[in-house]
Amino acid sequence: MAHTATETALHGDLHHDAHAHEHHGPQGILKYIWSTDHKMIAMQYLFTGMFMGLIGAYYAYVFRMQTAFPGVSVPGFGQVSPGEYNALVTSHGSIMIFWVAMPVLIAAFGNYLIPLMIGADDMVFPRINRLSYQIFLLSAIILIVSFFVPGGAFGGAWTAYPPLSAVGEYNQTNLGSSLWLLAVALEFVAFLLGGINFITTLMNSRAPGMKAYDIPLVCWMIVIASILFMLSVGPLIAGAVMLFMDQTIGTGFFDPARGGDPILWQHLFWFFGHPEVYVVLLPAVGITIDIIATFARKKVFGYKLMLYTTVATGVLSFFVWAHHQFVAGIDPRMANVFTVTTLLISVPIAELLFVIIATLYGGAIKLTTPMLWALAFIAEFLIGGVTGIFLGASGADIYFHDTYFVLAHFHYTFFPIAIIGTFAAFTYWFPKMFGKMMNDTLGKIHFWGTIIPFNIIFIPLFVLGMGGEHRRIYNYEHFPELAGDGMFLLRRIATVALLVMLAFQLVFFYNCFISWRKGAKAGKNPWNSNTLEWTTESPPPHGNWPEGLPNVYRGPYEYAHPDRKDDFWPQNEPA
Amino acid sequence: MLALAQFIPQASTYASSIDNVIFLVGVLVGFWFFVAEGMFFWLIWRFRAKEGVKSEYIEGHEKHLKRWITWPHGLVLVCDIIIIVAAVQVWYNVKQRLPEADSTVRVIGQQWAWTFQHPGADNELDTADDIFTVDELHVQVDQTYHFLLESRDVLHSFSVPVFRIKQDAIPGRTITGWFEPTIVGEFDMQCAEICGIGHGVMASRIFIEDQQAHTDWIQSASVASAQ
Repeated sequence: MAHTATETALHGDLHHDAHAHEHHGPQGILKYIWSTDHKMIAMQYLFTGMFMGLIGAYYAYVFRMQTAFPGVSVPGFGQVSPGEYNALVTSHGSIMIFWVAMPVLIAAFGNYLIPLMIGADDMVFPRINRLSYQIFLLSAIILIVSFFVPGGAFGGAWTAYPPLSAVGEYNQTNLGSSLWLLAVALEFVAFLLGGINFITTLMNSRAPGMKAYDIPLVCWMIVIASILFMLSVGPLIAGAVMLFMDQTIGTGFFDPARGGDPILWQHLFWFFGHPEVYVVLLPAVGITIDIIATFARKKVFGYKLMLYTTVATGVLSFFVWAHHQFVAGIDPRMANVFTVTTLLISVPIAELLFVIIATLYGGAIKLTTPMLWALAFIAEFLIGGVTGIFLGASGADIYFHDTYFVLAHFHYTFFPIAIIGTFAAFTYWFPKMFGKMMNDTLGKIHFWGTIIPFNIIFIPLFVLGMGGEHRRIYNYEHFPELAGDGMFLLRRIATVALLVMLAFQLVFFYNCFISWRKGAKAGKNPWNSNTLEWTTESPPPHGNWPEGLPNVYRGPYEYAHPDRKDDFWPQNEPA
Repeated sequence: MLALAQFIPQASTYASSIDNVIFLVGVLVGFWFFVAEGMFFWLIWRFRAKEGVKSEYIEGHEKHLKRWITWPHGLVLVCDIIIIVAAVQVWYNVKQRLPEADSTVRVIGQQWAWTFQHPGADNELDTADDIFTVDELHVQVDQTYHFLLESRDVLHSFSVPVFRIKQDAIPGRTITGWFEPTIVGEFDMQCAEICGIGHGVMASRIFIEDQQAHTDWIQSASVASAQ
């Protein structure tokens, strides 16, 4: 356990402290709450994220019921008022992106996987890591509290465009909107702390022998995502402070009557908001590629190509933000520039997908549950990718902007990322995390019970968007052309599919529970995988490799090497 | 690929050009979608695990294999350029260019209604005979209109789906745009930017009338407002 502590002398004492704390610190439940072990913090992020996901799903259920059956008393909620509807839509979006996708994909899996996959005993800054989770938890609590304050939760959409978000008179949720903003800002702080840790750990704590191109792609992806986040979030934090001051002490940064400009917020928001898409996308791509390599028993088709393409995507993602604002009142000439950059980003993204698809060539593909999820990620994300072209092309976006087409498009990106990607990772690393195998039959029932309804929810919404239906509309009965039977039928199909999908999630929770209690013992390396996390016990003990950290001799994807009888070659096995 | 006109009529001069861009994008991305998904599922089937068959060891540097990435890659770029050219042309026509107007209307968004200021019988805006309506816009078919878009409080968005036009309204600014209706009828307009509690019910209608009906409406509306 000596390596990071002595090698990175600068942080050595921090590290010693952390471990000393571990041995003589609090007992019982406090041991888990105050743990600085990266695996425990990962679990905290994972379960908090999943809990928030349940809230987000419940909100989706309530507002989908309202759109499909306007005015009905929703079981488990009651009558939905227009203000509540807006608050539900806003909270659903905020929760799913900031309190589910980011904590689970980046924080939970980043924390769990990075030290284990690069052969370190912990993060470089274990206490900062713990602080990151605690701030995140605080932000989640503030968000939940904001639902119950007088006036209710903020209802100005997750993009929070001022003046609506800035002026209590307009949004009528004075306290709710300030708390929302505070929660989001704290969440950013939590992820900045986490990101610093991921980047530093990957740079400094790799096992002896692990060169840059020996790092599993999922670790690269999470670290590149953290870098993107750190570079993009600054302007938005500044914007959030300005908006908070507009809300609370009456400044006028975004108020045109006092010399401010509401469009300024949109630039600050989307300068962060678009890279943010890639911040959550990249970890999911990394998870997918690692799982596909394992179950296709194949070396990744062009490791460096994949890595450089990812960096290119990340760089380009900083130059596309205004495609969210084509019709927002920016100079119309600017739309031409952003159309070009937006369409160009399809080149590296297409390349990423081609590389992953090419990896299947020549493989021996086993369709286990994690593999199904990983493959579904590609199949579904493709739909999200190609429909994005309609929106990036300025001429077409005039019509599609803010319609259900947009909504269906980004759910075809975010659902594969946040839900499919998470299930892929969870089912793949479950044996490592809990030491037991998951039930494969139940896993497959859950898979199909999620994937099929998912498509039945969102394909009708593409059609509604083509019909000109806008998002965030409380009751379509006010619009004669949109209240036709056909439109209502589509909405109802989507809502029923949502109910089916939610019901199938019970299978998942049952499977987790039953596998955790009664599943077969996983052993160290149940999937015959190459990467370092599979060379230690399942679950790994404190310090990860108590008998000494591994040495690395080769890259992570040496499957079916011609010189070997086995079809895998662990990274730590001497030649 | 379904044409948009099957869902919603085209009622402006540029509606068909926007639909055509959407159709073009649909064809190109549809092609890529089916090629990629087809290849993907074929590979999964072709290379399924079989007893005693080991997977191949492929680095990904092999030229004859790399072609399978680089050629499609180049083709994607070509498709991008085609889409960019088409989209920018339409964008220029709808948003950047401002043709000579036959008439001008003012469109004012506020929580939660639209006020429309029509020029009245003299066809001049901001004169005594202007006609103000709430949630009802009256225009004459085959006339080119400029709209002056304003907001009194928060962001709103003036969206006429049958025209395919959409533009956000921003407090403190006047944004000018244009349209020319091509068919007679009565259609929905929605506010397209979330604007508070009443956003979902901020419904309004557009009435596109022929010359006679429009003149009649101006007359009756003027009488009504004079009383």
